[in-house]
Amino acid sequence: MKKIIPQLLTLILIFLIIGFFTFNANVNMSNRGMEFGYSFLKRAASFDIQFSLIEYSRESTYARAYLVGLLNTLLVAFSGIIFATFLGLFFGIARLSPNFLINRFAGFYVEFFRNLPLLLQLFFWYYAALRVLPLPHETEGFNNFYLTIKSLYTPSLVWQNLNIFLYLLIFAILLVFIVKNYLKKIQEKEGRQYPIVYISILILIIIPSLSLIFGISTFEVEYPVYKQLSKSSGTFIGGLAIPPEFISLFLALSLYTGTFIAENVRAGIEGINKGQKEAAASIGLNRKQILNLVVLPQALRIIIPPTTNQYLNLTKNSSLAAAIAYPDVVLVFAGTALMQTGRAIEIVSITMFTYLSISLSISIFMNYYNKKFSLTEK
Amino acid sequence: MINRKLTNFKQTNIISIYIGIFLIFLSLIFLFLKSFINIDLLSFLPSSLKLIFYFSSGLLGLYLIRSEKSEIKIIDTINKNSNNNNLNGFLTLCILFLIILVTPFILSWFIFDANFSGNTKDECTGEGACWTYVKVWLNRFAYGLYPNEEQWRINLSFISLAILGCAGFFAKEKFKKYLTLYYVVIYPFISFLFIYFFISGGPIFFDFSYGIIAAVLSLIIGLFVPKKFKFYYFLIVPISIYIYLKYFLFYEELIELGKVNGFNWVETGAWGGLSLTFIVSFFCLIFCFPIGMMLALGRRSSLPVVKFFSIGFIEFWRGVPLITVLFMSAVMFPLFLPEGMFVDKLVMVIIAISLFEAAYVAEVIRGGLQALPRGQYEAAKSIGLGYWKMHIFVILPQALKLVIPGIANTFIALVKDTPLIFVVGLLEIVGMLNMAKTNPKWLGFAMEGYVFAGIIFWIICYAMSKYSYNLEQKYKTDR
Repeated sequence: MKKIIPQLLTLILIFLIIGFFTFNANVNMSNRGMEFGYSFLKRAASFDIQFSLIEYSRESTYARAYLVGLLNTLLVAFSGIIFATFLGLFFGIARLSPNFLINRFAGFYVEFFRNLPLLLQLFFWYYAALRVLPLPHETEGFNNFYLTIKSLYTPSLVWQNLNIFLYLLIFAILLVFIVKNYLKKIQEKEGRQYPIVYISILILIIIPSLSLIFGISTFEVEYPVYKQLSKSSGTFIGGLAIPPEFISLFLALSLYTGTFIAENVRAGIEGINKGQKEAAASIGLNRKQILNLVVLPQALRIIIPPTTNQYLNLTKNSSLAAAIAYPDVVLVFAGTALMQTGRAIEIVSITMFTYLSISLSISIFMNYYNKKFSLTEK
Repeated sequence: MINRKLTNFKQTNIISIYIGIFLIFLSLIFLFLKSFINIDLLSFLPSSLKLIFYFSSGLLGLYLIRSEKSEIKIIDTINKNSNNNNLNGFLTLCILFLIILVTPFILSWFIFDANFSGNTKDECTGEGACWTYVKVWLNRFAYGLYPNEEQWRINLSFISLAILGCAGFFAKEKFKKYLTLYYVVIYPFISFLFIYFFISGGPIFFDFSYGIIAAVLSLIIGLFVPKKFKFYYFLIVPISIYIYLKYFLFYEELIELGKVNGFNWVETGAWGGLSLTFIVSFFCLIFCFPIGMMLALGRRSSLPVVKFFSIGFIEFWRGVPLITVLFMSAVMFPLFLPEGMFVDKLVMVIIAISLFEAAYVAEVIRGGLQALPRGQYEAAKSIGLGYWKMHIFVILPQALKLVIPGIANTFIALVKDTPLIFVVGLLEIVGMLNMAKTNPKWLGFAMEGYVFAGIIFWIICYAMSKYSYNLEQKYKTDR
């Protein structure tokens, strides 16, 4: 109770600063004839977005444009996270290999990509590496994949009744959880082990493919087809066109973050005492059981928290997309929309709030995870 | 079991080892000849069979030399660490092939086919890199748009700051205790003066130079003043020297000099290149550390207001990407300033990056504070130290020692983040590269520029990480 004065002073100081800024903002905005409000979100955006996952046109609203940007951000973040995890696992384990060459190779990868600014890597991929690619009319293609300077053209799947397939997939995932818990209960009762992994994989494959077998939902493969526009130029029609912005962002983000994940994986595996493995072996567990029941649970406890942090960093770093004109939330919203409407405070606050809510939800998950899996002893 | 028997069997068979060595060398040398000297000894084979030949001969060779103990030392080492099973042997072979295939390409691009001479684009005729481009633009990459004839100011200030920075290492034992004060307070202040009045320039430089001269002079004389009078000496003498210098000695001459020969004002928009990278990272490093330390202490404080303010502050900055922070400082922050007030872009960027990185530093330091056993706090309290004394003399020195790697990582991240200042229109080295790239006279040399900048950044960051590793080893104490 005696420390009330310093706290009160801090509070007053904070309020004074906030009040000062708000006052200034009010004065400035009224001077410039601007008004505060989010109503502009309902107006038509009237600008184009190159790459969008959902339907979008010039007539769509600003809110729709924001959604397009958000989905693009999530798309690149999600695919980057998957590839970065793969790279991290591979090189993290490779760094612990007794093989001198593999070890050094992984070390080279980590030291090389970790010590270069992400923006530089991004520019390198976008402005230098991908600019060497051929034009559409010069490319030869590989199994209906055409990597050109304009886009990477791949075959795409055209679905009928995709939603039924997806519902079945979700159902399968839920079923896996139920079956897993059930089998664990039985295992505790009977003391017998069931091949949980194989059963879940089977469920995941069989149930969604039921819809394909019975012909409820079907898909066709659509191949990109070359179309001559003039003598020395052409383009591909059909299939899926992945823009180079996405490719370079994806490569840069995953190669960069992969190094950090590799270090986490290495630290996690190194962090397990040799005695743990020996103790597990001495009570008669076989190699697979040692890995699954003793090493991995402990290693994951060390690996997962910093790796989640890296996922978060990757998501935040995907905002660098603005530098190479990949239409993510920063470019679409804090770039184009801000320029058109001039509503700096509203738009910057929405953009920041987007990232804040992503990272806060991940940190809430982290806290939950830490509470659930942290060692209860000590 | 079968495998075991085989290896036992092979232990005696020296001939198979020789055949194995021969096969490995065959595949490696064929590939080497093909990729380095462009002699394809297997030209009679179709390309898919060539690949199979390289791999099968290499793998067979590795399989044949695999044994538990041969008489040859080198083979034993190879077997032990890179050829202990088929998978490992395969990966080894893959990496060897990769190195052989990639090395000549990189070497020829970097050196043999590259152009070094000349001053125009037309002289870049080779297949490889055009280092002429980097050579011609080097000045811009280093100094940005800073006027050529004024660049000695940047050089001079950087050199003198480096010398002043190294001064701590050569300080005598007597002054060692003032080192922290020097590095935390005096050195940043001097560097600020250097950057602001020397690199920025303007006649105002002379006004402040009196202060510096007065401070240095009085410090030097102060060394010879008896201890008794030191307090009064430092109370009176510096100010009187300052007044004397300013109003009596050189007043008119220097004003004239300042008008005639004074430095031209170079606005921060013209700063750029590598020197701007250094300036931004240097100041952000200096500022983010103390702010981060205070935030870390605040987060562990027992006062709820301070605690929740720190938590909110840290989580906010950690939750948003730096690029949106810079956007905010560029487009939103000017709205929050009083009318007519103008904050320089560079200053704003430095503040933004410092606050941003401070949140990360705070979390790192908090980790160190949490790792200290409670006994340290209790012991410090029991000998009667207050909050600040306890932290300054007992807790922080130990906690900081623990988190050297984490802090170094944050600092490296900071240096790697500096290129982002392109958002507000400041062009450090990567920004300059992008500008040079679009110059109509020099189109098509993006690769060279990025490689050049990459080498520089890599050296800086790698050196920082190695230095932090050394520090970590130096301060490692068993606890």
